Amino acid sequence: MSVKALLRLTSLMFGSLFMGPLMAQHEGHDHAQATHAQAHVASGTAGHAPAAEKFNAGKLIMDHIGDEHGWHLWGHTSLPLPVILYDTQRGLQVFSSARFDHGHATHGGYALVDHKVVAVDAHGQLDEAATKRIWDISITKNVLSLFISLAIILLVFISVARAYSRRVGQAPTGLQNLVEPIILFVRDDVAKSAIGHKYEKYMPYLLTAFFFIFLNNLMGLVPFFPGGANLTGNIAVTLVLALITFVIVTVNGNKHYWGHILAMPGVPAWVLAILTPVEVLGMFLKPFVLMIRLFANITAGHIIALSFFSLIFVFGETNAGAGYGVSIMSLAFTVFMTMLELLVAFIQAYVFTFLSAMYIGAAVEEPQHH
Amino acid sequence: MLLSLVEPSFGLIFWMTLSFLAVLFILAKFAWKPILNGLKEREASIADALNEARKAREEIAAMNARNEDLERAAREERELLLKEARDIRDREIAGAKEKAKAEAEAMLERARAEIRNEKSAAVADIKMLVGELSVEIAEKLLREKLTDDATQRALVDRMLKEAEARLS
Repeated sequence: MSVKALLRLTSLMFGSLFMGPLMAQHEGHDHAQATHAQAHVASGTAGHAPAAEKFNAGKLIMDHIGDEHGWHLWGHTSLPLPVILYDTQRGLQVFSSARFDHGHATHGGYALVDHKVVAVDAHGQLDEAATKRIWDISITKNVLSLFISLAIILLVFISVARAYSRRVGQAPTGLQNLVEPIILFVRDDVAKSAIGHKYEKYMPYLLTAFFFIFLNNLMGLVPFFPGGANLTGNIAVTLVLALITFVIVTVNGNKHYWGHILAMPGVPAWVLAILTPVEVLGMFLKPFVLMIRLFANITAGHIIALSFFSLIFVFGETNAGAGYGVSIMSLAFTVFMTMLELLVAFIQAYVFTFLSAMYIGAAVEEPQHH
Repeated sequence: MLLSLVEPSFGLIFWMTLSFLAVLFILAKFAWKPILNGLKEREASIADALNEARKAREEIAAMNARNEDLERAAREERELLLKEARDIRDREIAGAKEKAKAEAEAMLERARAEIRNEKSAAVADIKMLVGELSVEIAEKLLREKLTDDATQRALVDRMLKEAEARLS
């Protein structure tokens, strides 16, 4: 439970730090929707929503950049994904997300509300206490996307590695030729320049993080399966990446690094009273900012691209002609945004890797005597 | 909806940590190690090749310099030899001239001495001859005195003439 409490705390921190005013506006709205869904579940009707539902751009965008059980492919077709729950009382539960019928049905005492699995009682009412017992490790859209991207990375780099051992000392060819400049870029311009001569130990993490972020940023730009998931714009993913950087920095920090954090040399004691808490806070803020930066950049890109598309339908609802007219402009802007996002995909992968390397570099740096 | 966006879901954290770390370790062992080693080896071999090429170039340059030095030394030696030969020849010629002159001088001196000796011998001969002639003439005169003066005189003339003929 403590982990869950920590997660909730993190999200609350965000709420108060960045989205306070926004939250206040949306909280009531969210609540209303949730209760609506519950009522829906409670009524037990498996019918679809009314066909003449008004177009909701906010919901479309949020659904797209969020996570879901099942992967929407086209029209009313979606790929059902396995739901895996660990209920501290009922044990492991595995079933297909198709059983929820997009949130319209309950299955074995569980229901889907706002893309989240909750526990319901026999009457279909939300059971708060039982919900708290659920540890949801389902293969969601983002988890599947994670697996696909990692599989691609494994395939690509193991085959490239084979090329290196097969063609020792020869010029690169094919796929090897494609990734070699990027590997050299990460090695020479990221690791060597930020860490120095001890860079080799950290190359595996930096390379893996770089290619993972870069590939998923690109896959997020592809609008259809297996792309389209907003993985690097998901706070859980950036949290894990930032956490790994934090662990590497903290584990490898030398005496010099800790000395500068806990007691900056050559600083009077009364200043240290202020400086040390700031430095300790900075130790945690650095990975925290890493997490936020990647998440916010990628999510913002998705929101903007989707907003331009939504404009078509918002105008189309009032007047079909206006919809077609706006679509030209929207398309042009979306193309432009996608071009920009291609650049951002690389830049964010670079920035994350470079800053990680900088923090590692600061942690392993030897004191310099001038 | 916004809250769910910034609330990290447990499932994704779980799978992300598990799969990312697994992939990280697999890649570190089976991909990054061979790739980075391959790159390093290739760079080392390229650097070696460049170094060797540079060394070979330097060696050739050094060899050229050495050859030029040798050539220059040989030329200088030749100059020196030629000069020495010229000096020796000059000296020899000068010496020969000197010797020839001295020999000529000595020869002349010898000739002069010979002439002097011959002359003094000739003079001694003449003296002796004149003496003999005078004695002869005087003898003959003493024998002819008994006749007449004219005959005596003719006799003296004739004898003088004879003496002259013998002398010349």
